[in-house]
Amino acid sequence: MKDRRSHLPAIMTWAVLIFFYIPIILLVVNSFNANRQGTIWMGFTLKWYEQLFSSKGRDIWRALTNTLIVATIATAISTFIGTCGAFALHKYKSRFQNFHYCLIYTPLVVPEILIGISLLIFFMALKIELGLTTIVIAHVTFCISYVAMAVLSRLQDFDMTILEAARDLGANHWTTTWKVLVPIILPGIFAGALLAFTLSIDDFVITFFVNGPGTTTLPIQIQGMIKRGAMPLINALSTLLLAVTFVAILAYQMILKRNQRNAG
Amino acid sequence: MSAPNVHRKNFLSEFSVSSPSFLWLTIFFLLPTLIIFAISFRSRGEFGGIGDQWTLETLQSIAHPNYPSIIWRTIWMSLACTGLTLAIAVPVAYHMARVSAKMRDLMMLLTIIPFWTNFLIRIFAWKSVLHPEGFLKQFLVWCHLVNPDATLLYRPEAVLLVMIYTELPFAILPLYAAAEKFDFSLFDAAMDLGATRLRAFFSIFVPGIADGLLSACLMVLIPCIGSYVIPDMVGGKDSMMLGNVIVRMTLENRNIPAAAALSAVLTVVMFLPLLFFLKGKKNPDGSAAPAKEVV
Repeated sequence: MKDRRSHLPAIMTWAVLIFFYIPIILLVVNSFNANRQGTIWMGFTLKWYEQLFSSKGRDIWRALTNTLIVATIATAISTFIGTCGAFALHKYKSRFQNFHYCLIYTPLVVPEILIGISLLIFFMALKIELGLTTIVIAHVTFCISYVAMAVLSRLQDFDMTILEAARDLGANHWTTTWKVLVPIILPGIFAGALLAFTLSIDDFVITFFVNGPGTTTLPIQIQGMIKRGAMPLINALSTLLLAVTFVAILAYQMILKRNQRNAG
Repeated sequence: MSAPNVHRKNFLSEFSVSSPSFLWLTIFFLLPTLIIFAISFRSRGEFGGIGDQWTLETLQSIAHPNYPSIIWRTIWMSLACTGLTLAIAVPVAYHMARVSAKMRDLMMLLTIIPFWTNFLIRIFAWKSVLHPEGFLKQFLVWCHLVNPDATLLYRPEAVLLVMIYTELPFAILPLYAAAEKFDFSLFDAAMDLGATRLRAFFSIFVPGIADGLLSACLMVLIPCIGSYVIPDMVGGKDSMMLGNVIVRMTLENRNIPAAAALSAVLTVVMFLPLLFFLKGKKNPDGSAAPAKEVV
């Protein structure tokens, strides 16, 4: 039979995948480039990595600590709130829930800059001092929606008659919830928490508005370094972060595969 | 137990489960958004704060001759970015849906990895690609495609390129999710009946993934309208967008009421496609909410 498929989509797909990696490969290569400007190759060096771990890199590690503190607290709070929200949306059908759904869904599609500026103005109007607390509040606000959506999609795949079966077999409300419902939706909660954590670590735009003096997070620090032109250090830092991300993704994929195998 | 009591009990348990997310988002999302509109009618405070008087001056001051052109640029750049991104993402989604499962997993992973790396770092990396002494420029000069004194950086085209780069995964994911559900035997049937490949693609495949197209469109368009970092880092003076003006007003000019007024304009600009979208998605079970595809 004649091949009726066009090769064009395949070519485009691979071109796009290569396009995704052009800047990233250049960045990794440049982190080992002795040339400060990172334009022409001037020999292999590890000095940018050394600088990163010397006193020049102290601000970076402080910013990383702040980022991890904010991400941990924001993930814990938003996972709890988002999971409750998803339960409410799934269990009850009412006018109030329609409004509640809009309230949870809208932050997902509102530009980050609007969330950032409106929170800044809100904090200013209430005369709340900007700092780690305001960053955490802002992060929780945008993470709730992602957690709620992740949990909700898990709830929708789940056969609720199992709960009735548990009750028919004599389980009380508490047992049904903790022994049946929670274990089943745990992967959804876990996925939501992971998403919240990554979004919080990565957020620049919203944090940019609500951070205060002395509460620099890593993305804010990176932006400052870009503005100052400390390029080689950013290359080295980015390469390290890429390596960490890559390992994290691999681990996540492995957990996912194992869960799927257990489930199916 | 009497009927009204049961009713009240149900309502109480409904409210207790809903209240954490409902109250949090009402206080820290809905209220601040509404406050933006209110502050637009306030005067400027003495120390970069918010004034006490109600005034129309702030709104009048943003009718500055520069702003209509910036608003217009924001709209056309966002539309151009959305159009180009979708034009690239649709064939990619089509191809991904037709390859073997193993290949598909690999392609998905390759699509996701770059957008798990920090957004600023990716933009920064583009800056070195487009740098006047960077390899792309040298390559283009070597191919005689550009003039040796031409600059690739600090122009609207560079902003558009990096915006497409950033938004492509957000278009590919919902489009792929729709393409995966598409029944490709329809496509083959159309070709058996004599349709050309191109005709089958546009008349059968594209309408078949309409839902995915709509969400991809929104997923790309709205962040574009609000973009600020990309024009700030790779754009020049002639590529400023609404987001840049808002940030400048807030942090440099310390004119919060004017920033609020511009944000109100931005909200209105982006609310139009959003309203259209939410109307199209009114599903009773609320299941059609791919959002930024939870991966």
